Amino acid sequence: MDSVADSQRTLYPYVTGSSVVAIKYKDGILMAADMGGSYGSTLRYKSVERLKPIGKHSLLGASGEISDFQEIMRYLDELILVDNMWDDGNSLGPKEVHNYLTRVMYNRRNKFNPLWNSLVLGGVKKGEKYLGTVNMIGINYEDNHVATGLGNHLARPILRDEWNENLTFEEGVKLLEKCMRVLLYRDRSAVNKIQISKITEEGATVYPPFSLRTYWEFSAFQNPTAGAEGSW
Amino acid sequence: MTKSLDVPPKGGFSFDLCRRNDMLEKKGLKAPTYLKTGTTIVGLVFKDGIILGADTRATEGPIVADKNCEKIHYMAPNIYCCGAGTAADTEAVTDMVSSQLQLHRYHTGRESRVVTALTLLKRHLFNYQGHVSAALVLGGVDITGPHLHTIYPHGSTDTLPFATMGSGSLAAMSVFESKYQENLTREQGVKLVVEAICAGIFNDLGSGSNVDVCVITKGNKEYLRNHLTPNPRTFVNPKGFTFSKKTEVLSTKIIPLKEKVEVIEGDAMEE
Repeated sequence: MDSVADSQRTLYPYVTGSSVVAIKYKDGILMAADMGGSYGSTLRYKSVERLKPIGKHSLLGASGEISDFQEIMRYLDELILVDNMWDDGNSLGPKEVHNYLTRVMYNRRNKFNPLWNSLVLGGVKKGEKYLGTVNMIGINYEDNHVATGLGNHLARPILRDEWNENLTFEEGVKLLEKCMRVLLYRDRSAVNKIQISKITEEGATVYPPFSLRTYWEFSAFQNPTAGAEGSW
Repeated sequence: MTKSLDVPPKGGFSFDLCRRNDMLEKKGLKAPTYLKTGTTIVGLVFKDGIILGADTRATEGPIVADKNCEKIHYMAPNIYCCGAGTAADTEAVTDMVSSQLQLHRYHTGRESRVVTALTLLKRHLFNYQGHVSAALVLGGVDITGPHLHTIYPHGSTDTLPFATMGSGSLAAMSVFESKYQENLTREQGVKLVVEAICAGIFNDLGSGSNVDVCVITKGNKEYLRNHLTPNPRTFVNPKGFTFSKKTEVLSTKIIPLKEKVEVIEGDAMEE
């Protein structure tokens, strides 16, 4: 590969988004992500929308490089546009969009020029719920609950324990908030500005951002080194 | 002509090889990384004292070396310590400090304090600059009250109301962060510790098998070995085992051992 082409390959991410957590619930899919775009260790952008509806039936959540996420949105816009132009009454469902994304991510990885993202794709079509994930090296799978990045280590254990098939909307939101709170405490790149979005047979809704309540009043935090000098 | 005196090393860290290691790294040699050997260990402070918990799997790379090892080590009658990291390091360092604490108890005539164990451990670990790969959760109840500390391999310490260490620490911490409250009762505390260790066992590949729990309160301790066994062996051969080839017994002679020295019954040494 010559040096010009070399300088155009993605080597490391610059502006990144942190974890996305998503679950299937009674009426469809619920997805949550915070609105931070970190530039290394600085919090550069605080209103990045990382959850976007795709077509009529799907919702995409992305973590990782934000510019690559915007590129993926352009690919998907073109995909949905061409699908609409057929004007045949058929529309791409979440399974098809997930498959398309998997192929795109894997082929880019094979050319050593990855799109530096971990994506969550969820949706409902004809009553059938679908929730899948694909990451920058092309690993893809579907499950009842998925997460990207540190969410895999901090949120998945909670979801494995407390998820069930018949969550109502309120229960689902409460469960996602629980996961996002743990991520807020323990992920250094998390911000306290959360967006939740849902997709059902009726369509997609992205809710306005909100903050989580945190608790810092443990008595051990008031005077941590009482009796243990040199500790903290 | 000045000759430099050959001073023998006085102890502490020897920096002789650092320049050579730096040179090798610049040439592309990857330094060996610290192995976070599979473990989930937790501790929490409840109303009356401390509860410690640990899983029981010891791994050697991808293989489970010991399915039921003991990760909660005895330090003093009122202090216990969970260890993650290299098993030899955690075992040796806790044994060493436990002996030092016992000698100190004889010297002072008082019950050991948790900060004493903390300081002895952190001084030793800092001295070895992180090469003694022991990550510990130290908990106990002494005359000044209940204390819970974490000690990292490089020698830094934290004082916390709840703590997790090891490869399963994120899974266990997610349980603690969502469910911990102050002034839990004993039942609630044990239930939470068991939940946290189970999160590590079922979500982390480096942790597994059973749950050990240790409850320390003022003047009392309860070491609950294998408090929960959520991974029983499911398929056991119902026929059992028969060993076909038997050695033929030609003759039998039994000689009872005669006691040559009178053994006076003394106090059994504590574990």
